[in-house]
Amino acid sequence: MTDQLILPGRRVVRAGPVSASVPLRPVLVTVLALAGALGVAVLAVGHGEFPIPPATVWEVLTGGGTRIERHILLNLRLPRVVCALLVGVALAIAGALTQTFARNPLASPDVLGITAGASAGAVAAIVLGGVAGSLGVPLAALVGAGISATLVYLLAWRRGLDGFRLVLIGLGIGEILRGFISWVLIRAELVDATRANIWITGSLAGRDWSHAEPLALALLVLVPLALAATIALRVLAFGAETARGLGVRLQRAQLFVVVIAAALAAVAVAAAGPIEFVAFVVPQIALRLCGGSRPPLLASAMLGALLVVGADLVAQIVVAPKELPVGLLTAMIGTPYLLWLLLRRSRKVSG
Amino acid sequence: MTLTTDTPGRTVPKRLLGLLGLVLLAAFAVLLSFALGAQDLHPADVWRALVSPDGTDATAVVRELRAPRTVLGVIVGLALGVAGALIQGHTRNPIADPGLLGVSAGASFAVVLAIGVFSVEAFGGYIWFAFAGALIASVLVFGVGAGSRDGPTPVTLALAGMAVSALLSSFTSSMLVTSPETLNVFRFWIIGSLSGREIETAWQVAPFVAAGLLLAAVNAPALNALSLGEDVARGLGQSVVAARVAGVAAIMLLTGAATAACGPIGFVGLFVPHLARLLTGPDHRWLLPFSGLLGVTAVLLADVAGRLVARPAEIQTGIVLAVAGAPFFIWLVRRVRLVQL
Repeated sequence: MTDQLILPGRRVVRAGPVSASVPLRPVLVTVLALAGALGVAVLAVGHGEFPIPPATVWEVLTGGGTRIERHILLNLRLPRVVCALLVGVALAIAGALTQTFARNPLASPDVLGITAGASAGAVAAIVLGGVAGSLGVPLAALVGAGISATLVYLLAWRRGLDGFRLVLIGLGIGEILRGFISWVLIRAELVDATRANIWITGSLAGRDWSHAEPLALALLVLVPLALAATIALRVLAFGAETARGLGVRLQRAQLFVVVIAAALAAVAVAAAGPIEFVAFVVPQIALRLCGGSRPPLLASAMLGALLVVGADLVAQIVVAPKELPVGLLTAMIGTPYLLWLLLRRSRKVSG
Repeated sequence: MTLTTDTPGRTVPKRLLGLLGLVLLAAFAVLLSFALGAQDLHPADVWRALVSPDGTDATAVVRELRAPRTVLGVIVGLALGVAGALIQGHTRNPIADPGLLGVSAGASFAVVLAIGVFSVEAFGGYIWFAFAGALIASVLVFGVGAGSRDGPTPVTLALAGMAVSALLSSFTSSMLVTSPETLNVFRFWIIGSLSGREIETAWQVAPFVAAGLLLAAVNAPALNALSLGEDVARGLGQSVVAARVAGVAAIMLLTGAATAACGPIGFVGLFVPHLARLLTGPDHRWLLPFSGLLGVTAVLLADVAGRLVARPAEIQTGIVLAVAGAPFFIWLVRRVRLVQL
């Protein structure tokens, strides 16, 4: 074979005896998105009633700055921005995993019962339980997500998982839970209904390290596992029969992918509420930017971080001094971009 | 043009028999809807009230309260059942529901505007807002789907629908988050219910539903051709774009009218087509009527159940459909292998 074998869209990189073919576009998109996310994060940390320029932000992060600057930055603003970045990463990866697994671009963690379960738990805690503390509601959301996701898997498990059945059953469970949420909301006092409605929209207001730390720990474990799952996913994308024929331990691989996606979505939703559409929109944007047949995980993760941290910054600016829930802005920013991509360079993507 | 050969057990006489059975089932649901509620009536009393109205309470209950919601239930059930089968056929996606093309989100946003900006308070006043919102949103979705390089394929339509819906519902949420007064009215509309509507509402939306049903009937053979793949359909002499336009227009009219009349009652349009496909297979010429009749039965039974469980209070039709329909759907998904699209 000659050394002129060129795969479309890949560049061959050689270093001495080692050579590899690198998919150029995904790498470029990932790097640019990461740079964008970090850049916006610096702006977001600096934004507020007490503006801090990027240079000072850098100084504080490397150990300098005045006491006030350190307090505002490290204790008040950084945890929120970190939350935004991590929530974006978690939701985007969860969405990419779900869409690939179900082989359906409309599938998102909503379909696994996560979002509806978390919302039901949180709404019940706010309206019925009168829970007010900053940790009570996330905990209720996590419990709700866990219960509903388990229910979806148990009901969908019938001599193995099947993407088609899982998605339909997840939708059914989600519908029951949404019915429950509506029922609770029309019986609630208006004050509680308003509070519950803001939580359902997804907000990052007032997040501190007690929210960011558990999230970071969870992602430290889950993201590497998700990346490891891509190998199985690559084969699963051909369909269950083909995957089995190629020697994949089908049930174990499917369960692995689904549990990781559910766990990622659950920790993100518990921290920030069900920030809508990140999990749906980001993998589809990443797919269209990078090319290929299924949403790329790393590029999705970085674009997710960029979208959420950017949306949260805009949410604090547009109606200042008040602020909007970040869940509104993710859809307002993300979906027009997806529509534009659809119009500009629609690709044949397997449905 | 016959594209599907009749498999054993799905012969034309058997399907006609099945259709007759569904008509009877829907008629039974209509009877229940007239007879049961806060006050139970004997079928004979219902008949008397309808044929020769006198001044009794029974007449008032039947003609003033139960007739409007029954008529609405029939119209909305028919519309959503048929629209659900159409959208799942056109997007070839089993999780597509009639609201996917932006109809529900468009209607919701228009109603929020009606409440928040124009201070409309009566459900009757929302009809034209909701209808206009639904139409604009679905035209937008189809425009994006058709404008993309591949044209209005299943995937581009579904993605454009999802994206436009997401965008519109974020506008809706932003109105709700900033104005508790709007939320206070809107949270009752969004559930979807047959109660509290006037009979005029039914007559206002009926022409649109009729037009939608007509378009759907015309679209059925073309949809059969499309489900073999666009290239095959083109080879069979089918104009793909014309078929998609007709289908989307039918979905828009049917779902828009139903949503305008009763608020977004979503789930029925998702699970009823699966049930119908189970009974009659994927041939849309049969699937659409089966789905419509099952839709009528499901909506009316859910409405009746909502009146009975919390007597004398009521539970909204949309909630009953979700809470009772979804477990049934889950049982169905587990029990039998659904016909894949």
